Amino acid sequence: MSLLGGLLVFLMFVQGGQSMLNSLSKKEDEKKLLVNALGRKWEYTFTTLVTFGGAFFASFPLFYSTSFGGAYWAWMILLFSFVVQAVSYEFQSKPGNIFGAGAYRMLLFLNGVIGTFLLGVVVATFFTGSEFTVGKANIAVLGGSGPVISQWQNPLHGLELLANVRNLSLGLAVLFLSRTLASLFFVNRLDHKDLEKRSRRFTLYNGVPFVLFFLVFLIWTLLAEGYALNPVTKVVYLEKMKYLSNFIDMPIVMVLFIMGVVSVLYGIFNTVFNLKFKKGIWFAGAGTVVTVTMLFLVAGYNNTAYYPSSIDLQSSLTLQNSSSSEFTLSVMAIVSLFVPVVVAYIFYAWRALERKKLSLEDLKTDGNSY
Amino acid sequence: MFTVNWSRAQFALTAGYHWLFVPLTIGLGLIMAIMESIYVKTGDEKWKSATRFWQKIFGINFAIGVATGIILEFQFGTNWSNYSWFVGDIFGAPLAIEGIFAFFMEATFISIMFFGWNRVSKKMHLASTWLVFIGASLSAYWILVANAWMQYPAGMEFNPETVRNEMVDFWAVAFSPVAYNKFLHTTFSAWGVGASFAVGISSWYLLKKRHVDFAIKTLKISSLVGLVAFVMLAVTGDGSAYQVSQKQPMKLAAMEGLYEGKSGAGLVAIGMLNPAKKAYNDDVNPYVFKLEIPKLLSLLGYRNINAFVPGIKDIVDGGYILQDGTVALSFEERQARGRKAIQTLADYQAARKEENEAINSGNSAAAAAAAVAAANYETVLRENYAHFGYGYLEKGEDLIPNVPLTFYSFHLMVVIGFYFILFFFVILYYLYRKSMSTASWLQYVALWSIPLSYIAGQLGWVVAEVGRQPWTIQDILPVQSAASAVSPGNVITTFILFAVLFTGLLVAEVTIMIKQIKKGPDKLVSKNN
Repeated sequence: MSLLGGLLVFLMFVQGGQSMLNSLSKKEDEKKLLVNALGRKWEYTFTTLVTFGGAFFASFPLFYSTSFGGAYWAWMILLFSFVVQAVSYEFQSKPGNIFGAGAYRMLLFLNGVIGTFLLGVVVATFFTGSEFTVGKANIAVLGGSGPVISQWQNPLHGLELLANVRNLSLGLAVLFLSRTLASLFFVNRLDHKDLEKRSRRFTLYNGVPFVLFFLVFLIWTLLAEGYALNPVTKVVYLEKMKYLSNFIDMPIVMVLFIMGVVSVLYGIFNTVFNLKFKKGIWFAGAGTVVTVTMLFLVAGYNNTAYYPSSIDLQSSLTLQNSSSSEFTLSVMAIVSLFVPVVVAYIFYAWRALERKKLSLEDLKTDGNSY
Repeated sequence: MFTVNWSRAQFALTAGYHWLFVPLTIGLGLIMAIMESIYVKTGDEKWKSATRFWQKIFGINFAIGVATGIILEFQFGTNWSNYSWFVGDIFGAPLAIEGIFAFFMEATFISIMFFGWNRVSKKMHLASTWLVFIGASLSAYWILVANAWMQYPAGMEFNPETVRNEMVDFWAVAFSPVAYNKFLHTTFSAWGVGASFAVGISSWYLLKKRHVDFAIKTLKISSLVGLVAFVMLAVTGDGSAYQVSQKQPMKLAAMEGLYEGKSGAGLVAIGMLNPAKKAYNDDVNPYVFKLEIPKLLSLLGYRNINAFVPGIKDIVDGGYILQDGTVALSFEERQARGRKAIQTLADYQAARKEENEAINSGNSAAAAAAAVAAANYETVLRENYAHFGYGYLEKGEDLIPNVPLTFYSFHLMVVIGFYFILFFFVILYYLYRKSMSTASWLQYVALWSIPLSYIAGQLGWVVAEVGRQPWTIQDILPVQSAASAVSPGNVITTFILFAVLFTGLLVAEVTIMIKQIKKGPDKLVSKNN
């Protein structure tokens, strides 16, 4: 699950790119090139999101019911932005699309900003907590408050998460990270001098705020109280600097986390300062996957409640109380054995389509363009 | 109840929209894969041009199918949170498998299909087109496994400790006979939609005397696909009727408007329900008129012309003999057993809590006593679990779905289905006689038949989903116990947002398609790049 989450954040570079379609390009044909470079990749991000949802459902159904049914608006707005994304690539340049290309690009922009930002906000609640209660015995209640197991206690249903500065800082960090990754992707993929030059500048413009917001979130979280779980009594309690001690207790996670961060920074800095360097996306991308994966591990491993309730500690979700049965998890484990096959054909397809860089010329000859 | 109904409306809305696009994806997917196969085999560029035209239409339609699909998956969490926990252990797995096996296959090979004409070999491209179709079909399979499980829960066991149903037999879930049959019936209906769409559009070209060669090529492939599809729909429809009578007798009774059960029951061919019928047991004749095929319902449902088919009244009041020889329980009896199950679940939970507290305070005698009590509750709970969901219902009428909606949907669907068998047969005959391009009456009929295939598909889902009310999971969980704790205002707002958004997108999609169709397949000269 953590790995899927990491992949998802990396693939959000598509959203990042969408958020700067207008600012990065100066001419219509440049815009078209950007749309097409991203348009050949958006389905991977989308599919990963869908799979992430399905796998979360299968592995942690209580998270599914508590978070989705509770933080209703946070998720609904996120999903809306993805609904409009899916059609925007296909529709925007087609005649008869009613609303005009500009409208669809606006939707892509919104998806780019909202999709990444809200995802960051929601992930931050894995550390900051949300206002919900869980009572599995509720289902045996007839009448009265009804049999609902997971109850969100804030009537804003997820919008209240935006009032937490730490949530916001991770949201902004993810937004700027995705824009940074998109810039690196363009540097790597496009056969277009002006755009490449501008993309390098954008790497810097977005890389700096990303690092700042991420550091705010990271340092604050490491020093803040965390939601610890007593492994014997199953009681959840607040512990000072819980997430810092998680890193210290799990040195491998810490080492990998630091390596991931360094790899991201290397990708960014080398792209900015070395004009011949084009492989930044691979360093930053792999670094993102590793870093985010480790962050998820810190949220849930080492006797930690990964989806904490800030108003009723004992309602917090832990890996044990919210996961599927052993049987279902082993089914899922067997299913995961096929993931390498999937990765292999994705790799093949990516190679087949990306053997050469994308230029304006290709849009005319590849037979299909957005 | 208010929230529940709006959540149902929202699910119906999004699922209904989704099902406007998915069948065309699967159906056209097959047709264009066949066309490209012919191109690769013969090397005839005309087939390539035809393939590419349909791929363009496919692409427009695919995007919006994806857009409407993502909401469905997450809605289980957002609007049906109780459901998500109560059966997520079983229900989540097919969804995850769908993502891993099917969606990635579709997403990966679709990009080769669209952008790879000059970047991969001919054979690799053909394989990609087929894999897109296979991926779409696999995705349909797994989501229908999930749906079938709700209609016929299998391979699970209730765990009172975690308060949920847990999977104990993956194969019983994945290869449930209901899932298998549902998959075939639904997939063939998608082929049918794709075929009638392609036939209708080709006929329009014939009417306009444009792209005649392309149109005839498409007609040959798609009318064959269509005939196979609708004949198989009749065959698998028979399988569905059999399973519904075995697993969901109330749905069958509603489909047929059958209030009083009987032996050797006939199948209503045409009928009109009596609006004066107000209650299931008011002795008013449910039909204004009906034309019946004698004994057919018993034969279809029970493979025996004299079998007893229970009506709505029988199912509510009980007392008839079930196939296994036992006497059917009345609603009151099942409700009482369901309430007992629910109560013992609460007692069990309380006893376990007591046990834990006793252990923590070191009182081992009290802990042992509580453990014994919990074990006893568990036994009673298991004895009555088959009726668990009935405990949430208030009265016998709650068991009855909307009869007119189910009845008319079912019959109209069947009529359209048989119409299409005849339709494709006639088209093939005209193609064989080489007179299709001059039979303008048939071209008009073909064009105006496109909406019929969509209507039939939607009606099929109405029968399946309205007919199973009040259950989200047959006999285990009624809809009102499955929803999230969000106030109706929230759900109404998202409902309206979805309705506006999807309608806007649908309108845009249709106008884009019409433009593309008017433009027609590209000329061969510009194809050779």
